[in-house]
Amino acid sequence: MTTSTQSAGSVAGNSLRRGRRRPIESIVQVLLVAAALVSIVTTVGIVIALADPTIEFFQQVSLVEFFTTTSWTPTFAQKAYGVLPLVSATLVVTAIALIIAVPIGLGSAIYLSEYAKPATRRVLKPIIELLAGVPTVVYGFVALFALNPLLQKWWPTDNGPGFQNLLIAGIAMGIMIVPTIASISEDSMAAVPRSLREGAYALASTKMQVSTRVVVPAAISGIVAAVVLGVSRAVGETMIVTIAGGLTSDRVVFNPLEGAATMTAFIANISSGDIPVGSLDYDSVFAVGALLFLITFALNAVSIRMVRRFREVYE
Amino acid sequence: MTYQPLHRRPKNESEVRTVNPDTTSRPAVNIAGVGAQPVAGHQPRAAAPVMELSGVSVYYGAYEAVRGTSMPIQEKQITAMIGPSGCGKSTILRSLNRMNDLIPGARVTGSVTYHGQDLYAKDVDPIEVRRRIGMVFQKPNPFPKSIYDNVAYGPRVTGMKVANMDDLVEKALRDAALWDEVKDKLKSSGLSLSGGQQQRLCIARTIAVKPEIILMDEPCSALDPIATAKIEDLMFELSNDYTIVIVTHNMQQAARVSHYTSFFTAEVDEKQERHGRLVEFTNTSKLFTNPTDKRTEDYITGRFG
Repeated sequence: MTTSTQSAGSVAGNSLRRGRRRPIESIVQVLLVAAALVSIVTTVGIVIALADPTIEFFQQVSLVEFFTTTSWTPTFAQKAYGVLPLVSATLVVTAIALIIAVPIGLGSAIYLSEYAKPATRRVLKPIIELLAGVPTVVYGFVALFALNPLLQKWWPTDNGPGFQNLLIAGIAMGIMIVPTIASISEDSMAAVPRSLREGAYALASTKMQVSTRVVVPAAISGIVAAVVLGVSRAVGETMIVTIAGGLTSDRVVFNPLEGAATMTAFIANISSGDIPVGSLDYDSVFAVGALLFLITFALNAVSIRMVRRFREVYE
Repeated sequence: MTYQPLHRRPKNESEVRTVNPDTTSRPAVNIAGVGAQPVAGHQPRAAAPVMELSGVSVYYGAYEAVRGTSMPIQEKQITAMIGPSGCGKSTILRSLNRMNDLIPGARVTGSVTYHGQDLYAKDVDPIEVRRRIGMVFQKPNPFPKSIYDNVAYGPRVTGMKVANMDDLVEKALRDAALWDEVKDKLKSSGLSLSGGQQQRLCIARTIAVKPEIILMDEPCSALDPIATAKIEDLMFELSNDYTIVIVTHNMQQAARVSHYTSFFTAEVDEKQERHGRLVEFTNTSKLFTNPTDKRTEDYITGRFG
């Protein structure tokens, strides 16, 4: 070997030029982008699908009538298109659900994050999360046939809850969203740095004070995000309110002991009947669907902002 | 201050400490003296031990992290703990206000007394212990609350009867040499301050509950030299009113600020496990100029650790 070939060889050995192609890399990248696009395409698809019938609907029913009149009877002979009864029923059920779910969910989260031994927590948290996997139709039937009779039996006054009512639907829905609120709140409390807890303990705090005055405030945006996510699940939930919530929609009902149709219950009901495509009845489903989509979309946007704020809190 | 029951709260909550004007003079301290021969520490003042450790070992599960530590903590003096990493000095510090209780499996044997009471006796309430023995941590850890609320937190949770919270907050911030820097933004988040300011806020927060003893776990290790100098000045000021125990990696710091120094080291036993051990405890000037133990001498002259 001569000196020149040796030096040439050493240059080649140090070369940084691309040696071989890596086709798998590009294929993987395309597949991953496609996977990410599916949910975006779906969302856009939903918006497009909703837009057309919704626009048709509002060509015949004014926005003023839709948002201000108080009777929703598209299937009656006397048709009325005021969405408020559906919105109010949704609000009442959601409010009851929150009254149930926020204390229980937050209490579970504080217990798991601050009080439970690590071993207990490792067992309990998956069990709570498992609750989130129970199909909502099960909650609906349990509410209607197991919980509501008990509620009627124990009701202290004569005019108790009806066969279907917003109260029992709200309670069932509250139990349904407890795992969501508990699990996400617990995650955000667990993310509070240990050093903050130590600082609080070193200032002679009790465990309760550390939990409520330091950990919960430090995790508050995550907790709010959890609640907002719970609300958006409650607003969009369908089976429980369809089964246990009632179907009245010709007037605004605020009394939780009465039954009333929520937005989702109306959609589920009318969609399962036979309504001619292109009719105003048909379009009304999409108008309500579009409103529901906007509400849950707004709630999720709020929730995402909260989570982002919560990530930036400490450093 | 004599007998301090730990299991019950004294009636006189709002007792205000009086500063003894005779003890406020301070010897010149060589703050810039990194690399120079350490200044032989402050001369200890006549003092009585407020805490006593005897034969203290700390276990994490079955592992003995520190074994057989005996030393006094003198009232209104600064006691430094130095030694290489893993020598157990922070572990011992955390056993002085029962912070080790928070670590599952941690256990303390031997006796730690505070005004003669066993800190680990059954009827001792760790909350009461920590009300009298506060702690400042290595990394500044202000709460994500306003500066004001950070300082007011301790008095609020401990149920101190405070005539005027504003005054108390101001005094704590003044005592922590932070007032002038934050007086116009008390409502801003404690996290908006610089690292050194955050650490002084943590000190203000600690002294707001009027403890008797302040434990400091490497309080300057996350700070730059200027912020460090400020905290060191502050420690010296505070030693007029408080008993201070400081863990530090920095020998010059121990030499600059403390009256007493204890040197810890890590020993490896026959099972290759490391155990922290107290090698020497004496007044700071003696430890740095005329140590008794060869290991201390090797460490302070830089031949080890």
